[in-house]
Amino acid sequence: MSERGRTLEIHTSPHLSSGASVDVIMRNVVFALLPVAGFAVYSFGLAAALTMGVAVLSCVATEHLLCRFAVTPTTVRDWSVTITGLLYGLTLPPALPLWMVACGGFIGVAMGKCLFGGLGYNAFNPALVARAFLQAAFPAAMTSWVPAMASERFTSVPASTFTVPFAAPVYDGVSSATPLSLFKFDGQLTAGGDLLLGLTSGSAGETCALLILAGGVYLAARKMLNWRIPAAIFATVALLAWGFNVADPQAYPPASFMLFSGGLMLGAVFMATDMVASPITNAGCVVYGVLIGLLVTVIRFWGGMPEGVMYAILLANAASPHIDGLIQPRVFGTGRG
Amino acid sequence: MLRALQAQRSFAHGVHPPQAKDETRDLPIKQFPFAPVMIVPLSQHIGKPAVPVVREGQEVSRGQLIAEADGFMSVAMHAPASGLVQRIALAPGIGGRMAPAIFIKPFPGSSQEISEGTPCALDTASPEDILLAIQQAGIVGLGGAAFPTHVKLKVPEDKPVDTLIINGVECEPYLTTDHRVMLEQPGDIFTGIRYLLKVTGAARAIIGVEANKLDVVDVLQPALPDDLPVTVEVVAVKYPQGAEKMLIRALLGREVPSGGLPSDVGVVSVNVATAAEIGRLLPHGRGIQERVITIGGPAIRKKGNYRIPIGTPLRFALEYAGMDEHLSRVFLGGPMMGQALPSLDIPITKGTSGFIAFTDTQTAAQAEYPCIRCAYCVDACPLFLNPSQLGLLARAGEFERMADEFNLMDCFECGSCSYVCPAHIPLVQRFRGAKSQLRKRQAAS
Repeated sequence: MSERGRTLEIHTSPHLSSGASVDVIMRNVVFALLPVAGFAVYSFGLAAALTMGVAVLSCVATEHLLCRFAVTPTTVRDWSVTITGLLYGLTLPPALPLWMVACGGFIGVAMGKCLFGGLGYNAFNPALVARAFLQAAFPAAMTSWVPAMASERFTSVPASTFTVPFAAPVYDGVSSATPLSLFKFDGQLTAGGDLLLGLTSGSAGETCALLILAGGVYLAARKMLNWRIPAAIFATVALLAWGFNVADPQAYPPASFMLFSGGLMLGAVFMATDMVASPITNAGCVVYGVLIGLLVTVIRFWGGMPEGVMYAILLANAASPHIDGLIQPRVFGTGRG
Repeated sequence: MLRALQAQRSFAHGVHPPQAKDETRDLPIKQFPFAPVMIVPLSQHIGKPAVPVVREGQEVSRGQLIAEADGFMSVAMHAPASGLVQRIALAPGIGGRMAPAIFIKPFPGSSQEISEGTPCALDTASPEDILLAIQQAGIVGLGGAAFPTHVKLKVPEDKPVDTLIINGVECEPYLTTDHRVMLEQPGDIFTGIRYLLKVTGAARAIIGVEANKLDVVDVLQPALPDDLPVTVEVVAVKYPQGAEKMLIRALLGREVPSGGLPSDVGVVSVNVATAAEIGRLLPHGRGIQERVITIGGPAIRKKGNYRIPIGTPLRFALEYAGMDEHLSRVFLGGPMMGQALPSLDIPITKGTSGFIAFTDTQTAAQAEYPCIRCAYCVDACPLFLNPSQLGLLARAGEFERMADEFNLMDCFECGSCSYVCPAHIPLVQRFRGAKSQLRKRQAAS
């Protein structure tokens, strides 16, 4: 036997690995989002496809270029920025001018992720940072909606999509209203079936509750998402809405409407569950979910805007480290607590 | 039905690595041949090294005392073979550090009969006599910790022990030594339990076995002596079920306090192979000069369970067992907690429960990602620590905070967190580093 020339590897235990990997988790989140993205294109046509395409491209390109700029190996291969881009695209009004989409993507990834130190260090969900920036910078464009299932959606693109940068977008044809703004401003309730199936107007990917839930169930089953977060959000929103609806059905919508309208499904399943920006313990996740549910309800019921999911999640992201500071696992052998 | 119910008994959290025991679990224990030269390190246990009582050039017979315990925290050493003491000199140890050892060259023509000592009679010996006999037999925890058994058995008088746990869990993948010992040496185990019950004053003994070794239950259950208060109980297959704290939790529902010992909850636990050695050696006044190990892993040709002389150089053992030419990682113990070897010139010691070899294709290093706070480690840690937070603090060098706020010192390095980490962060390695830094700082202050 000669082990001359042979190198023995020295490595500390354990010498086995479960095979789990960050890029596999991230890739699966992308897979879970694909049906939602597919439905967005089906429902809103070319406009949604272009919006999502530019969103993904701008986010991925931003991270790649900033890595090159910082002379570090590119991190786009971990797939996390692809999720950010896709999620960001799904939260946008389908006919948003593409130059705005690109601006938001750049700001979200550069300021919301890379500036904090990249994956693992982002305090806020970068996709929501991008959207919050657009909401503040272009409030009108961010609340101009196109109708779902328009007949010419696969043949023509809304004029606003190709607006020249820094020019005010022009909206042609029928502008539409989301179920939430219909209720808030006109007191009109959308049918539950339409909300479930996504036959309503809204952001590109928020409309079809069923597909979003299916994606969530897939990820939860593969332990790539903590189901306690969406469960706590849904329970809190449903409970509050039910209580207020019973008290005053004219002013407050029923629980089912609150759950399936607007960005609640997409936000609760795919955004609030961002592992980096949510608490690490199960108990902490429940507290975090309840907080989001409370904030969503408060903003929707008494705020100036019809929708509040984005701000609710961003605020809860900020609270997440503090929740972790308060709630830690009870260490074995230190007494019941 | 009852078995299925019993199998649910477990601790919370933990992981399920592939068990990889099928290739050796059915292979009976075989005697391993003598190496041309045996290297018996004077320190094979936690505590003070033994003091040689032989000189260079002296002839020794197999089983003869060659080094005696140096104080209470120390145990004796015995000659693994009849032969000549070549020299007493430095030899490489597991950690890569040189340590004094006795080199013995076995006589080729010798009958290798084991010399007998003064028996420790179960009926007449006092608990103190038994403790002394265990120390003089050189017995240490054979599960891998190599902690002197007589020290462990000497429980403080203000902490009465009601239960003796015989640990036959063997949750480490690949290892099947305890499994074979339980199948082949039930008599030795029961005799060992008699000694152990007398020493600890415990009223009963429980043999804990993982549900992947139900054949052991079939062998032990009918053989249980009527006059011995011992039961065999099955626990779920989960890693690290064999860790003392976890097994006590699974069998008795008691939680050993943080920083405490099993005796704090009225328990003493002893590895099943250790119990078997006590039962095998004490009636003859002999000392440990061989032990059962599993030689396995994908890079080994003749996998098996062997009774191997203490001091057999790994190089000889590997040659005998046959190894794959792509062998690239060898470790002593199981793959979850075992130590990788820097060299093949290291001898098998009392704490070696097996050695496992992998080829280079099975150990490809994985790229490290930043922690994404997925909480896989939090859900895996059997002690409910927060490995994610500990890992971040270790990186930041905040070792005191790790110990004071996040119970670093409770970590027994089972490796569950590193095993599940999708970011491939060497968490356990960082915790070991942090602990040793803390010890250095404490020593300095």
